[in-house]
Amino acid sequence: MKGTKTFTTFQLTTLVLLRMLIGWHVLYEGISKLLIPNWSSAMFLKESQWILSGFSDWIISNSGVLQVVDFMNTWGLIAIGIGLILGLFTRLAAIAGATLLFIYYLNNPPLLGLTYNLPSEGNYLIVSKTLIEAVALLVLAVFPSGSEFGLDRYVSRFVKSKTKKEE
Amino acid sequence: MAQEEMAKKEKRSLSRRTLLKALAGIPVMGFFTFEAFRKINFDRDKRSRVIKELGLEDLKAPRIVTGSSGKKGDLLRIGFIGYGNRAQQLSHSLGFMHPDEVQRRKQNGTLAEWLEQEDLNVALTGICDVYDLHAEKGLTTAKNEIRPGGNSGQSLPVKRYLSYQDLLNDKDIDAVIIATPDHHHAHITSEAVKAGKHVYCEKSIARTEDELYEVYDTVRNSDRVFQLGHQITQNVVFQQAKEIIKRDILGKICLVETTTNRNTASGAWIRHLDSDGNPKPGDEKSIDWLQWLGSRPYKPFTTDRFYNWTKWFDYDMGMIGQLFTHEFDAVNQLLRIGIPESAVASGGIYYWKDNREIPDVLHATFEYPKKEMTLTYSANLASSRQRGRVFNGHDASMELGGSLSITADWDSTKYREQLDRGIFDSSGPMISINPGSGGDVDAITSATAKYYAARGLTTTNINGRNVDVTHLHIKQWIDVIRNGGQTNANIERAFEEGVACVMANKSYLEKRRVEWDPINRRIV
Repeated sequence: MKGTKTFTTFQLTTLVLLRMLIGWHVLYEGISKLLIPNWSSAMFLKESQWILSGFSDWIISNSGVLQVVDFMNTWGLIAIGIGLILGLFTRLAAIAGATLLFIYYLNNPPLLGLTYNLPSEGNYLIVSKTLIEAVALLVLAVFPSGSEFGLDRYVSRFVKSKTKKEE
Repeated sequence: MAQEEMAKKEKRSLSRRTLLKALAGIPVMGFFTFEAFRKINFDRDKRSRVIKELGLEDLKAPRIVTGSSGKKGDLLRIGFIGYGNRAQQLSHSLGFMHPDEVQRRKQNGTLAEWLEQEDLNVALTGICDVYDLHAEKGLTTAKNEIRPGGNSGQSLPVKRYLSYQDLLNDKDIDAVIIATPDHHHAHITSEAVKAGKHVYCEKSIARTEDELYEVYDTVRNSDRVFQLGHQITQNVVFQQAKEIIKRDILGKICLVETTTNRNTASGAWIRHLDSDGNPKPGDEKSIDWLQWLGSRPYKPFTTDRFYNWTKWFDYDMGMIGQLFTHEFDAVNQLLRIGIPESAVASGGIYYWKDNREIPDVLHATFEYPKKEMTLTYSANLASSRQRGRVFNGHDASMELGGSLSITADWDSTKYREQLDRGIFDSSGPMISINPGSGGDVDAITSATAKYYAARGLTTTNINGRNVDVTHLHIKQWIDVIRNGGQTNANIERAFEEGVACVMANKSYLEKRRVEWDPINRRIV
C-alpha cells in the first residue's frame, strides 16, 4: 500500500472517519433487517422502477430467488458494515458496498417522472443520498485506509509473508 | 550498544502503536453493539407497552395447518353445478386444476404453493353446465393428475350431466357445489338438500323473499351440511378481529361502514369480451339457453346476457347480491348483528350507460336500534379509491380487510391517559395484524410501518404468500360433513344475510324504507 504513506494525518483521519460512519450505517441497515420479523426485500423491489424493474419483478415472482436475495442482502450489509468499521478487507467491503448501494439506487432513482409510494425523507433530483454513499464507498476503495487504521494491516502482512515464502 | 537498545525500544513502541492503529475499529464496534442493543430494547419495550396497555399479550394467532391433517375419512364424491370462472377457482381450492392453469402457474412459479395445499380426499365425479365448453373444462380439470398430495390422480371417473336434476338424482354423488348464476342458487340448493346432498353454494343465497324462506326451511329441516360461499372470514385476521371485539378494545361501536369501489368494465360486470376485445365464444348450439333461463322470463340469447347476467334484476341483485353479501357476512360474523330492523337504499346508473338495470352507484343503510348501531354500505363502480371496511368505535376504530389495523381515537375516554402520556398515538394505526406474519399482533412504532399499515400495503400481501381462504372455507364444509359441527356461513347466517339483502334490494326498487316484521317474519 504505497499510497497510504503519502496521506497526511488529517487526510487519513477524515478517510477513516468516513469509512466508519458508512460502516456504522450499513451495519445497522443489515441488523434492522435481521430484527424485523418476516422482513423481505419484496416491498422495496415491488417499488422498483426504471431499468431494473423487470429484474425485480422476476425476483419477487420467484420465492426461492427472493429468499436468497433477502439472505444475501441482510448478511451482505452486516459483513460490509463490519468490514468497514474494523478495516478488514476494506477494499473488498467498499467495492461490494458501492455495488449494493448502486443497485438500490438503480431500483428507485429520483428521475424526472418517476414517483414512489414510499415517502422519501429529502428532496432529490437524479442525485440521492444512496448514490452519494455509493460513490463515497468508491472513494474509500480507491484510497484504502484499512492497512493503516484497521485489521488489514495484519492481513496484508500475512499475505506478504505468505507470498514471500512461496517465492 | 546504546544505539541498538534505542532502536529496539523504538521498534517496540512502534509496533504497539501499529497494534493500536490496527485495532481502531474495535471500540467503534463495541459502541455500535451497545447502542444497537439499547435500540432493540427500546423498540421492544415500546411495542410491548402498547400491547400490554390493551391487554392483548395473550392474543396469539391460531396457526393454520397447511399440511395433511391425518385422518381424512372416506372419499367424498363431489359434483359441480355450474362450471364457469368461479367454479374453476373453487376447483383449485378443492385440489383440482386445469392443465392450462397448471402450465401458467409453472411459468410464474406459483404452482408449488398450490401443490402444498392440503389434500381433502375428495373426488370430482360430476360436472353439470349448460355450456359444452365450460363442462369440457370441468371434465379436463377433474381428470388432471397433477394434484396436491402427490400425483396420485383421482380413483373415480368423472361424468357430465346435461341437467342439474340428473346430477342430483345420481346416488354416487355425496355433495354438490353450486356456482351457477344467482337465480338458480335457492331452488337448486333446496332440491339438492331434498336429494340428500350436502351443499356449498356461492352467494347470494336468494333473490326474492319467497325463494329465501323456501330454501331456509328446506335446509333447516334437513341434516345436510350447508355452507354459503363467504370465504373471506376464514382469514386469520378475522379470528383476531373477533377477539378484539370481544375484549372491547374499540369501545362502543355505533357505526360500521362497508364499501366497494371498482373502476373497470370487468368490475362493472361487462365480461363478454376476451382480453383482446373479441367476443367470447358461445351460441345457442353449444348452450342450453332455456335451462339457463330457468323460471326467468324468456329473453333471446345474447353473449351479453349469458356472460353479463349480473346487469339485470331477473338474475340477481347487482352489487347487493354480488358484493354487499360478503360485507354483511364479515360484519355479522364479528358482531352477530342479525336481521336489521329497517333498510333504505338508493342509487342510480350514473356511469355505465349500457343496457343494465342494476345501479352502478349505491348506498344502503341498515338500522339496528336495539343494538344501537347502524350498518352502511356504499358502493361505486366508477372509482377505484379504496375506502375499506371500518368499525367506528368510541375508543378506537378498526379497519379490517386482508389485514387488520386499529387506530386509537383522539377523543377516546378509555385511552385518555395513554394518549396523554404518549403511549398511544392517534395519528396512525397503533396495532396491525397481518395474516402472512402468522397473524401475530404487532404494535406499529416506525413511521414507515405506519404508512404501510394505513394503506394495507404489507410485505406479506405483496409477497403473495396468502393462504387460499376459499380452500379453508371448503375444508370447513367438508370437515363438518365428516365430523359434524357447524359451518361459519350456515343457513341461519345465510338467512339473516338474505333478508338484509332482499330488504335493501326492495328498498331500492320500490324507492321506500322497508322494515322487518319479526313476528310474522316478513319484510314490510
